Amino acid sequence: MTQKHWLKALRTPSVVLALSLFGASAQAADPIKVGVLHSLSGTMAISETTLKDTIEMLVAEQNAKGGVLGRPLQAVVVDPASDWPLFAERTRQLLEQDNVDVIFGVWTSVARKSVLPVVEELNGILFYPVQYEGEESSRNIFYTGAAPNQQAIPAVDYLMNEYGIERWVLAGTDYVYPRTTNRILEAYLKANGVADEDIMINYTPFGHADWQSIVADIKRFGEQGKPTAVVSTINGDANVPFYRELGNQGMSAEDIPVIAFSVGEEELSGMDTRPLVGHLAAWNYFMSVDTPENAEFIEKWHAFIGNTDRVTNDPMEAHYIGFNMWVQAVEKAGTTDVDTVIDALKGVTVPNLTGGMAEMLVNHHITKPVLIGEIQEDGQFLVVWQTDDLIPGDAWSPHLPGSRDIIADWTPPISCGNFNTVTQTCSGQNY
Amino acid sequence: MAAWLLVAGGSLHAETQAFGLEMPAADLATATTTPTFAVIAQADPYTGDMIDPSLLGTDAESAGEGTAETDDDLMEEAVYEGLEETAADVDLLIQRLPEGSFNDRRAVAEELAATGDPRVPVVLTALVEGRLLATGDDPPRILIRAETGRAGRDALTGEPVDADLIASGRRVPVHNPLRNALRNLIAVATISAPDPERRAASLRRLMRDDVSPDMLAYLDERVELETDPRVTDLLLTVRALARLNVDDPEQRLESIALLRGSLLSEVRVRLEATATRDDDPEVREAARDALDSIESRIRFFRFTENLFFGLSAGSVLLLAAIGLAITFGVMGVINMAHGELIMIGAYTTWFIQTLIPGALSTSILLAIPAAFLVAGLVGVAMERGVIQFLYGRPLETLLATFGISLILQQAVRTLFSPLNRPVASPDWLSGSLHVNPLLSLTWSRIYILVFAIMVFIALLLVMKKTSLGLKVRAVAQNRPMARALGVRTGWVDALTFGLGAGIAGVAGVALSQLTNVGPNMGQAYIIDSFMVVVFGGVGNLWGTLVGAMGLGMMTKFLEPHTGAVLAKIVVLIFIILFIQRRPRGLFPKKGRAAEA
Repeated sequence: MTQKHWLKALRTPSVVLALSLFGASAQAADPIKVGVLHSLSGTMAISETTLKDTIEMLVAEQNAKGGVLGRPLQAVVVDPASDWPLFAERTRQLLEQDNVDVIFGVWTSVARKSVLPVVEELNGILFYPVQYEGEESSRNIFYTGAAPNQQAIPAVDYLMNEYGIERWVLAGTDYVYPRTTNRILEAYLKANGVADEDIMINYTPFGHADWQSIVADIKRFGEQGKPTAVVSTINGDANVPFYRELGNQGMSAEDIPVIAFSVGEEELSGMDTRPLVGHLAAWNYFMSVDTPENAEFIEKWHAFIGNTDRVTNDPMEAHYIGFNMWVQAVEKAGTTDVDTVIDALKGVTVPNLTGGMAEMLVNHHITKPVLIGEIQEDGQFLVVWQTDDLIPGDAWSPHLPGSRDIIADWTPPISCGNFNTVTQTCSGQNY
Repeated sequence: MAAWLLVAGGSLHAETQAFGLEMPAADLATATTTPTFAVIAQADPYTGDMIDPSLLGTDAESAGEGTAETDDDLMEEAVYEGLEETAADVDLLIQRLPEGSFNDRRAVAEELAATGDPRVPVVLTALVEGRLLATGDDPPRILIRAETGRAGRDALTGEPVDADLIASGRRVPVHNPLRNALRNLIAVATISAPDPERRAASLRRLMRDDVSPDMLAYLDERVELETDPRVTDLLLTVRALARLNVDDPEQRLESIALLRGSLLSEVRVRLEATATRDDDPEVREAARDALDSIESRIRFFRFTENLFFGLSAGSVLLLAAIGLAITFGVMGVINMAHGELIMIGAYTTWFIQTLIPGALSTSILLAIPAAFLVAGLVGVAMERGVIQFLYGRPLETLLATFGISLILQQAVRTLFSPLNRPVASPDWLSGSLHVNPLLSLTWSRIYILVFAIMVFIALLLVMKKTSLGLKVRAVAQNRPMARALGVRTGWVDALTFGLGAGIAGVAGVALSQLTNVGPNMGQAYIIDSFMVVVFGGVGNLWGTLVGAMGLGMMTKFLEPHTGAVLAKIVVLIFIILFIQRRPRGLFPKKGRAAEA
């Protein structure tokens, strides 16, 4: 954006005069603006504040290294206050008024869906760091969180193979991410020979606090003589009463394990972990992963935030990867021009924190390892399983009838986020 | 004689064979009286030395009376006291436990179990519970952390080691599948343990898998020897389950007769299998019949369970709403910051818990008056600062208190952090009361139910029996008249609001035991609270009680049929329709005051 504005500005004589007066030094000192779009107030502040801090840390660190293209980075922080329409407004503000070159931010699929038309209209770049339900690929968004095939499907595979699970409870909060994920999982389980009566699907409202009947139902469901597991897409605040009720009703992780996709180190730091010990979570990163990169990242984080009790988590790693990818792409392109950087981002590889190399794919998703961790008393995870290779993210799930034939490929000749391989058309389907 | 060890079929097979250890029946006879692991600790298989049972007996008993040592610590004590010589190859195996993957560990554990060394159940139990540690030496020293305290002992020799060494040890990792395998191994090893609890636990474990008829001879012996009636019951059940697999249909029918009426889910699963798969139609018929008789009991207990869930949900609603019944019901202030007062109570609980760590029970009990005071003071400040200027202007009160609620939320976010705060529950508030295998009531819910009723009664007494209550009611009925009679109405308003706010704070203490404590927690309760008060009848405490319990019951009886989301909607629609017909709620205020 900045580049375009410069070009536009150059056409006016007065600016040309001003430029010739100040010379190149003005251009060199002109900072590259990095937009940070995370809620610092409202319900989502609980998760998003940390991510804002992460980007600020990465920006500071990059500046200490001399910035990008010889120019310093400047973080422009706005607060969308956990309000979905406000996310779109703030995006417009970042792109139109602040003229940022890239945006890191957004949490939850609703917020992303409200931001999407704005970044497309104003041609910005957004890095989205949270695991999500897939079924989307925008030219202007880069998805550094896990797609369902990088979290949900491997988690189910693990339970099938290691635990021999035959009965499944798919429990989730009632909104788009759990519903789509569970639709994919249900199709996947049935394709793997699980009978209808061995799948129980349950949705609860946001912040559901009274889990008595549901946990009792799950317990009964699990007492039919077949190994049973719960796949939980229960979101945020509802988790504490859920796990407490599990503990109080005497359902141990050894009998009916719960594998969660939304419980990470940060969430655990606000819970009494005793009822959770032994239950599982599937992520692409755990703070307990023992690699030099991770140790260095944790050390820097503690130094930046000034508190050694603070934890790191999966979305933070996603931002770390996304930020480094963007820096590398800008340096490769030699400019911050949006279209050039979008093209340069494809194929960029940067180290992740678990000892592998993350690659930006043509569908704007990245390659990630999948790790399964067991919750320990100290709120950390013991990694009990991980994929041998990095899994490339699928924008469109092959397990859903509607999206089976759809692929996303933002390189010519396809250059489309929802290309139908059967009809050979960019279907223009609304994602 | 070792026939019992051959559990055919099921995953226990391998583990049982791993314990393939010859044991004379005479030894089994002494097993129940010997306070150590009878099956494996009778004689060291390598030296053949007998362990002196009398020595062990006195030790374990005296320790059990005098100290606060736990069962596991006692078991360790007994095993290591009796240890005279250690087998070198077992030592090597134990030292190999920290190596390799979970599956390697499982293989080593099975090998260990096969040795029959007396230390094995102790080591495996420690491993399951995450108390088995390894030092970084080569070969590693294997340590067992005591269940209580920070000290421990060497796993090989049993000699005590100090807390520093224990702290330096790394926990040998286990995961759930490994834990399950280990528990099966331990179950086989403890089927004749001296402690009846352990014997029962072992039998419950055995019951999970198909019990082979090969085990019958051994079970018969155990039934003869068993002294504890509860363990005998379990033994009989396990034996009946095993007999379901014998060839003689008569015996199968006998078993079904015995299993009739059992509420254990394992029994139901096996009966179900018999009812569909048995060769003999008569047996199938009997199994089906037994299942039907269980079915009616299941229905009864499910109904009881639902009733309890409803009461419990109602008690939470009551706690949340009762403060509002004062501020909104009696004073008529639409207090949108009511939820935040609950949050303040919950944060007070967390704060006190961090002030006195380690004393969970004390901190919870202390938190009740503290939360009342803190939330009450915030309430008084709110009333004096803002609300007193807005009496009689409900719309403006609504907006002002909504603003206060946002300010309080953001203040907590800035002051503490936007993250949730962990509030732990003391042991007496965790777990559940097992009535029978079909019905268990969680302790936290029981206590909260009792607590809610206590708060309700206390509030009722304050309103009916104290002079403050009298004045509150007088001001609520007719403000000018009360003032004319010398009641300082401003003072009463502040105190009443403080009382309502304080009770909201107390509700926060209780809710911190059920749900998460964070800046947003209040918002979850504000709608429900208003619903209860409006439904019950504004200005009537009994109405609030009936309203809360009624809505709780309704939600919980709807939920199994409709799911949680729809249940909420149905309840909301019901209230809207109800208010259309009876705008003043269940128990409307009567008399002239109602017109005011």
